[in-house]
Amino acid sequence: MTSYQIEVNGKARQVNADPDTPLLWVLRDNLQLVGTKYGCGVGSCGACTVHVDGFAMRSCQLPLDQVGEQSITTIEGLSEHGNHPVQRAWLDHDVAQCGYCQAGQIMTVSALLNHSPNPDDAEIEATMSGNICRCGTYTRIKAAIKSIDSVG
Amino acid sequence: MSTHSEINQRRRFLKTGLLGSGGLLLGFNWLTGCTNNTAGHVDADSGPELPDTWQDINAYLKIGNNGTVTIYTPNPEFGQGVMTAMPMILAEELDVDWKDVISEQAPFNAEKFGFQFTGGSRGIMSRWAGLRQAGATARQMLITAAAQQWEVPVNEVSTKAGRLFHSASDRSAGYGEVATIAATLPMPEEVPLKEIKDFSIIGNSKKNVQGRQIVTGHPLFGIDYRKEGMLTAMIVHPPSFGQKFHRIRNLDEVKGMPGIRDVFHFQTYKDGFEKGGFDTNAFPELVAIVGDSTWPVMKAKKALLVDWQEQEAFVESINGFRGKTTRNVPTGLENSTDHESRMKEMAAIPGREVRKDGDPERAFQSATKVLERSYSAPFLAHNCMEPMNAFAHVEGDKVWIAGPLQAPGMIEPTIAARMDIPVENIDIEMTRMGGGFGRRAYSHYMLEAALISQQVKAPVQLIYSREDDMTNGIYRPAYHATYRAAIDENGQLTALHIKAGGVPESPLFANRFPAGSVDNYLAEEWSIDSNITIGAFRAPRSNFMAGAEQAFLDELAEELGKDPIDFRLELLDRAKENPVGEQNDYDPERYAGVLKLVRKKSGWGEGDQDLQRGVSAYFCHNSYAAHVLDLKIEDGKPVVQKVTCAIDCGIVVNPDAAANMAEGGIVDGVGNALYGELTFTDGKPDKNNFDTYRMIRMNEAPKEIDVHFVPSEIDPTGLGEPPFPPVFGAMANAIYKATGERRYRQPFWGEGLKG
Ligand code: FES
Ligand code: FES
Repeated sequence: MTSYQIEVNGKARQVNADPDTPLLWVLRDNLQLVGTKYGCGVGSCGACTVHVDGFAMRSCQLPLDQVGEQSITTIEGLSEHGNHPVQRAWLDHDVAQCGYCQAGQIMTVSALLNHSPNPDDAEIEATMSGNICRCGTYTRIKAAIKSIDSVG
Repeated sequence: MSTHSEINQRRRFLKTGLLGSGGLLLGFNWLTGCTNNTAGHVDADSGPELPDTWQDINAYLKIGNNGTVTIYTPNPEFGQGVMTAMPMILAEELDVDWKDVISEQAPFNAEKFGFQFTGGSRGIMSRWAGLRQAGATARQMLITAAAQQWEVPVNEVSTKAGRLFHSASDRSAGYGEVATIAATLPMPEEVPLKEIKDFSIIGNSKKNVQGRQIVTGHPLFGIDYRKEGMLTAMIVHPPSFGQKFHRIRNLDEVKGMPGIRDVFHFQTYKDGFEKGGFDTNAFPELVAIVGDSTWPVMKAKKALLVDWQEQEAFVESINGFRGKTTRNVPTGLENSTDHESRMKEMAAIPGREVRKDGDPERAFQSATKVLERSYSAPFLAHNCMEPMNAFAHVEGDKVWIAGPLQAPGMIEPTIAARMDIPVENIDIEMTRMGGGFGRRAYSHYMLEAALISQQVKAPVQLIYSREDDMTNGIYRPAYHATYRAAIDENGQLTALHIKAGGVPESPLFANRFPAGSVDNYLAEEWSIDSNITIGAFRAPRSNFMAGAEQAFLDELAEELGKDPIDFRLELLDRAKENPVGEQNDYDPERYAGVLKLVRKKSGWGEGDQDLQRGVSAYFCHNSYAAHVLDLKIEDGKPVVQKVTCAIDCGIVVNPDAAANMAEGGIVDGVGNALYGELTFTDGKPDKNNFDTYRMIRMNEAPKEIDVHFVPSEIDPTGLGEPPFPPVFGAMANAIYKATGERRYRQPFWGEGLKG
């Protein structure tokens, strides 16, 4: 076990864990930030998506010793009151069924919009096809994304 | 009826005293309570104002002194929306403003809430009458309380949106002001229910009551459950069906790994245990690894070396919904290629006759043409996004479990029997489920967690890795069906013959359409024993039969030179006017109703020559669904342009959420029809994670889904399952239109069997 200081949701956090521990489990087990979900552990489902310096990353694929100075944002830190435009669009479209995949979906979309405020259908599909929704909410996810002001 | 009130304190759901002082709950009950719902108000940061005191009115609701109402949803939530729809039903009859409602998952308590089950699309249907009664009787008690307080006749008091009125004296009061008196009154026996035309909540879409918690990442799911001192456990199971535990080779080494507390082998059920219908489990013996947190346990799991051995054949006795049955579990390592050839062999010999009308043999003998087609589909894994998991804390002879499960009432007696304790000593908390699809009706993982907690004497969270979840499954079986149609010299359909079977169960529903619509009809079935475990998967058996039947009817219509919708309507007309046989398990008129609606909404036959479309309809779980699926092949890939869907499920409680569920069922159907497949080589599942098991993704989902409900005043019926099965037929028929080729083997766009 090694001690690390990482920046999560704007705060410096101290964690003791093995260097190869995926960030996913650091968040869930060490920091009790359980909004980030485990779905596959192999980078194939997107349930564990967080922002690393503003980019969407699969936290199950990022070992703790490679986090370094980068700043991590999880679903819990995306907005103060759940009022990020993506979260609001999700509520407006009542996207969720079981809801398990949705934190990962929201984190993927919000990172996309950071870097490409007006994605077209092809870009939305290309980005979002890394996130599985077993309940099949894809048409609502797409409608929600397209309703966000910047997307238009 | 309880009359106690609580002072601004959220009621702890778990029966108190059980594990009384046991540690700090990091965000479960209190979180669910405090930041509960937004009651459909997207802009609200929190739900209704919390009152100073609560008054229990009946098991399903309590009213705060400020008029806020908490309604308990008895059935577990797995994304079907019961936590929104069930309170809507009660709130309608209570006549309360939806914005004043808090929705909470009820505690597991069979005495109070009956069968708390999610499955079979029965939730709303089974609770409809009870929830209305609960709301209406409570309203009546509030009216009586107000009448007493105002000293006026009961029939002069009216209600509106959570307030009581006596117009003659111009008085009014909020429900919260009389709730304390109301709670002391006897429960009225007969109360009038609202007229359907007066509904103001039912039929008006409300947003998911946990929507805000979902989008902000609140701990709602079983896997999010936390308790102080909680350890993490994982299991190791045989890599192949047909194998069992032999020995651990490096026990001490793995036990000594950092962060590991214990490694041991255990048997889930006692020898000779008579299983209930939901006690299915793939492997009788497992190895548990317990550690401080997930990653060390995952590493130990990788390092562990276990020798497995052949599982000899055995017979299981099961006492389930269908009475006492036995399951023959053969020995050996099975292959999907063998399954396929054995299914073909079985299809070629006579099966067990289940239904016969008229004289099908003669009709086939005298036919001028016989159309015969065979259809098959592979095993499927449920692949709920949240892998199986369970929290358990065993202290002495007390068991506390929490987690995602569809049937708490079914696992409770199983745990009691295994642990030699009375059911009263078991407390079960139902968490939100990250999907279920039938898989979580089989909650052996709850018992596994309890046995592990008992061994390590600590609270434990058992988590299946994705690989465990996919390879330790209770799968949708592999199926096969042969359809034959006899056509006479006048080009008329004279007989139908269906022979269906599977590994290890038959998918046949002998009394469903097209039974009843053809004079001569024969239905037979067969099955092949297997040691691969199977169970309910969204619309069990229907999810295969609908595809086979609706593809066959399409081809038959073409053979007869008829429009596929007209042909189905003709058959349904016959079944309505002059039904064949005694028992036909469908209403031909409602069946025809969804076909007519989907014909209209999709513009079928109206200048749609350029569209490559397939139609399909099916009845299951008491509801009717029809789809028209428009397909294009783009760059060699099937792209669903649009699915138009018509559903008759009676009264629709929460229309937008209902549409969401239908959309999900359609996407699920498209995905499984095109790609869904789990094959086995030497007993071992060929896929174990999402990098190999192809799940439908956004770029493959239909570009548009248009859901319509048949307006109805019939009590609600199922919705979670019915939209799913007909997708397979619509897809097969659209693929034919788009490619000129009929596909008979699912998945229609898979990579084919290995080996
Ligand atoms: S859990 Fe990380 S991508 Fe699936
Ligand atoms: S909402 Fe259930 S997996 Fe996406």
